[in-house]
Amino acid sequence: MNTTELFNQLSDNLKAQFGDGLISGEIQYDFPVFIVDKKIIVEVLQYLKTNPELKFNFLTTLCGIHMPDNKGAELGVMYQLHNMEDNWRIRIKILMPEGDVKVPSITSIWPAANWMERQEYDFFGFKFTGHPDLRRILNMDEMNYFPLRKEYPLEDGSRDDKNDKMFGR
Amino acid sequence: MSTQNHIIKTEAEKEYNILNLGPTHPATHGIFQNVLKMDGEIIVHADPTIGYIHRAFEKIAEHRPYNQITPLTDRLNYCSSPINNMGWHMTVEKLIGCQVPKRADYLRVIIMELSRIADHVICTTIIGQDTGATTGFLYFFQMREKIYEIFEEVCGARLTTNIGRIGGMERDFSEVAWAKLDAFMIEFPKFLKEFQKLIERNRIFMDRTIDCGPITAEKALSYGFTGPNLRAAGVDYDVRVANPYSSYQDFDFNIPIGANGDTYDRFMVRIEEMWESMKIIRQALDKMPKGEFHAEVPEFYLPLKEDVYSKMEALIYHFKIVMGEMDVPKGEVYHSVEGGNGELGFYLISDGNRSPFRLHFRRPCFIYYQAYPEMITGGLLSDAILTMSSLNVIAGELDA
Repeated sequence: MNTTELFNQLSDNLKAQFGDGLISGEIQYDFPVFIVDKKIIVEVLQYLKTNPELKFNFLTTLCGIHMPDNKGAELGVMYQLHNMEDNWRIRIKILMPEGDVKVPSITSIWPAANWMERQEYDFFGFKFTGHPDLRRILNMDEMNYFPLRKEYPLEDGSRDDKNDKMFGR
Repeated sequence: MSTQNHIIKTEAEKEYNILNLGPTHPATHGIFQNVLKMDGEIIVHADPTIGYIHRAFEKIAEHRPYNQITPLTDRLNYCSSPINNMGWHMTVEKLIGCQVPKRADYLRVIIMELSRIADHVICTTIIGQDTGATTGFLYFFQMREKIYEIFEEVCGARLTTNIGRIGGMERDFSEVAWAKLDAFMIEFPKFLKEFQKLIERNRIFMDRTIDCGPITAEKALSYGFTGPNLRAAGVDYDVRVANPYSSYQDFDFNIPIGANGDTYDRFMVRIEEMWESMKIIRQALDKMPKGEFHAEVPEFYLPLKEDVYSKMEALIYHFKIVMGEMDVPKGEVYHSVEGGNGELGFYLISDGNRSPFRLHFRRPCFIYYQAYPEMITGGLLSDAILTMSSLNVIAGELDA
């Protein structure tokens, strides 16, 4: 089954199962991408994993995205699933405003999501509800900001020991 | 009767030791901290702390032009950096829709399989070393040196290679590189055979590694294992076969799998993979197509140095690429390659600017290391060390 056929089938399945919960869908390169409602993300992923026809039983990765210009839905999380048997891959996205960073945790479906969610909490500040141990993982515990959000500069702006003006930075 | 005389103590009477294994313990081969709760020699609870060499690559990558991200990928799994470099190049090629000529694909395959061998040489010899077989380590490690000499001949660097370019290889292999490769093809099988003879059926080695740190296939899948560690548990998933990249579909090779997912299986899978890698390199050498070693993408492919000094066009492109002034299409793309430890994925969002809008690395080590506490709980401390070295956790990839 090629990407377009897979996209059409998944689109039908998700629409039948979740109705308005499926917000939009598109094909990005070789991936069917679906945006779903944040509230039902656990149900959607559970459905994709346990449905005997779809069998998306492997969580490849998940990561946060910050889009400051996308007003009203600045933050997003993308989940990438893999059906190893048929070699289908799919990307599911949820979007949310900066004021509401609560995301249902999927650690109950895949234990692998544990550290991945901790990492995205560490970088973006998502509050994964239902996560067994939501602490910072790569940065130090005392850190009081979320470094991968776009408003944080790469380097401390107060440094005066670096003069890179010549290089146009 | 005092409780002192009881040999078996109740839960309330037990005294546990807290042992801080790491962050810089010589037996863990990297910067890993595990706070272990010990009942004598038995591990009751383990709590890993990671992030000691976190360098925020995902943030840095948002401020670098595309070709300057390659050196960052070097430092992920630094035991097989060419695979990371080429994985990144192929991700960008996918984004810009660039078709690489066959010869470049084959040259890449040779380099990638060599680095897979180098990675597995490190892992297998370290397992031997941790069981007390130092001879194998010192003897077989010479082969890694030979591989690094080939890398040096191709790109000038050894460990953090920064090999290849977006669009192909930076140069064709030199005469010396071909000669070194041919010598390696003759020499390596002898070394590997001897190493296998030394370790594989060794009674002490087998007693130490069989049933040490096992994991079932189901557990491994739910914990996101990929690569040799997943295959040792009996799942035949390999990105090279599932989603062939860089012309892997042209080669005939097997995916070795294990049955129990223990340290011995992880060791054996890696040994067999080295044989398969040799098979792939041999086929690539035999079928090596003639032609260009890079695609015609002047917007992205750094021009040859002598052209930069003598041709206006090349000089302009050189500056444009170095300053990151090329036109990149908008879009989001995911590309994965079979790294030394599993599926190494690059998730790239481009908004058309000089640097990625978002770049996320799917680092296999980071994902499967979270199963480590569960794998060592209830076992001996010495088995925990062995389990870690057989998982081949690389600190650079773990912490990114």
